[in-house]
Amino acid sequence: MDLIVQGLSGALARLAALDPDVLDAAVASLLVSGAATVLAVVTGVPLGTLVGLTRFRGRRLLLSLVNTGMGLPPVVVGLFVVVFLWRSGALGDLDWYCTRQGMVVAQYFLAAPTVIGLTAIALQNTDPLLRMQLLSLGASRWQAAWLLIRESRLLVLGAVIAGFGAVISEVGASQMVGCNVKGDTRILTTAITLETSKGEFGTAFALAFILLGIIFVLTALTTFAQQRRPAA
Amino acid sequence: MLEARDLVAYRGDRAVARAARLDLVEGEHLALLGPNGAGKTSLVLGLATLVRTDGELRYRGAPVVDAESYRRKVAVVFQRPLLLDRTVRENAGLGLALRGIGRRERDARADAELARLGVGHLGDRSAAALSGGEAQRVSIARALAIDPEILFLDEPFSALDAPTRETLIADLARVLRERGVTTVMVTHDRDEALSLADRIGVVMNGELRQLDTAEAVFGMPADPEIAAFVGVENVIPARVERATDELTSLRIADQRVEITEPPPPGDDFPLLCIRPDDIVISRTAASTSARNSFNARIVRLEPIGRRTRLVLDCGFPLVAHVTRQSAREMDLKVDEQIVATFKATVPHLLPRIRH
Repeated sequence: MDLIVQGLSGALARLAALDPDVLDAAVASLLVSGAATVLAVVTGVPLGTLVGLTRFRGRRLLLSLVNTGMGLPPVVVGLFVVVFLWRSGALGDLDWYCTRQGMVVAQYFLAAPTVIGLTAIALQNTDPLLRMQLLSLGASRWQAAWLLIRESRLLVLGAVIAGFGAVISEVGASQMVGCNVKGDTRILTTAITLETSKGEFGTAFALAFILLGIIFVLTALTTFAQQRRPAA
Repeated sequence: MLEARDLVAYRGDRAVARAARLDLVEGEHLALLGPNGAGKTSLVLGLATLVRTDGELRYRGAPVVDAESYRRKVAVVFQRPLLLDRTVRENAGLGLALRGIGRRERDARADAELARLGVGHLGDRSAAALSGGEAQRVSIARALAIDPEILFLDEPFSALDAPTRETLIADLARVLRERGVTTVMVTHDRDEALSLADRIGVVMNGELRQLDTAEAVFGMPADPEIAAFVGVENVIPARVERATDELTSLRIADQRVEITEPPPPGDDFPLLCIRPDDIVISRTAASTSARNSFNARIVRLEPIGRRTRLVLDCGFPLVAHVTRQSAREMDLKVDEQIVATFKATVPHLLPRIRH
């Protein structure tokens, strides 16, 4: 109990003092996970739309792979990315091992299946007649797809938030690919792991509060958007 | 304007509707009539190139090759309004927005169509806040706003309650007359078809079986199934006794029936079709010009809406309809003897379907 009290008071002191190490980790987390999520959205929403709205050979296999991807263990993703980015690996020339770029790649592979899978489900659940209606009004296939994404925007937003939530809170892949370099690739989750192992519970709690705060704000924004009804 | 030859409409890999020949004339209102599940909707979706089709579809004489370009000349209103989560005005202007028309013109045209359909005051409201009837009016306004050359209506009134449906049918009939837009309407309701259509196509078991004027479809149905669907309850097997230039004499059980329609070529055992409304009931045989008069026993009396349905035994079964007031005034009762009469010009002969 004393440890918790000490940890919480230490956390408040660091947050009040705007501890630079804590803030660095928070900024690094937002940048890395934000970039990975943006990439996942840019590629995942169109791919999820394609899977959700069209029928093609191999679609079920692709969906199975995407669903498997949603449950990928971060350390497995970290292992594969490290193997590719290792100096002698296929992408070793990029020199992205122990960099934020490498972490973005690893987190992309964790976020993208979630964005693709949940977008596909959202689009698959739109009324098939609505797509026909849009086509009958003169929409091209692209216009119809865009309008259906807009119509399912709350569910697609949920997919994006779920993707971001998956990567902002993961530790294994980021630790393995980013090497937890202080002031550079040290993010909230890897910093919490490190500080806890050192017994620095105040710092660990301060980092944890920020992480929880980010997740709370995101969840609150999603909930607000999803519950908002159009004005009558 | 639109010609279909051997058109087959598919849902997935399954052929669900066929039309050997369908010609749509500019400005006409065609109703596709048939029971639920007959394939009417699939046929219309095929004509609108919204489902895969085989066969030939020609628009203004040229084969439809570019479906997207063809679809920009037509509009479809579905059973459900299928509005987007936007304002009513934005929904009504959606087709115009998809054609790249600027907001000012789009809003003006959307407002004009909404007003024409009686929902002009709802322009700023969210589509989610509309009643079913209002939403369907917006859906029709959205279709008309793009000024389609052909308007396809897929049972647009089926999800509405009776009073809403009746007022919307009246308003739509007025708007279609004003606009002169060529229309193909799917319905399973005979009254709806008669209210809005110049010609009627009957679709049964996935096939366009008859396409003709309303008078011809209801007066001379092409086969017994169509006859039953359009309300010709009396489809009676008969035998041709004699056929002259003026009259055809038929034998039904022990009775002789005389009609003016010649028998189907080569068929001495046709089916005699008489609509129940065309049979006159009286207490005694009156001296009239009608050539067919039979003593009959009332087997059953059934009130149906504002009419009474009489099942008669004249030596052969016959169904007649009288108003409920007539049934009351004549004091008709089961097992009583009455006289059933119809004119020789009334019945229609169908060739017997042989399996």
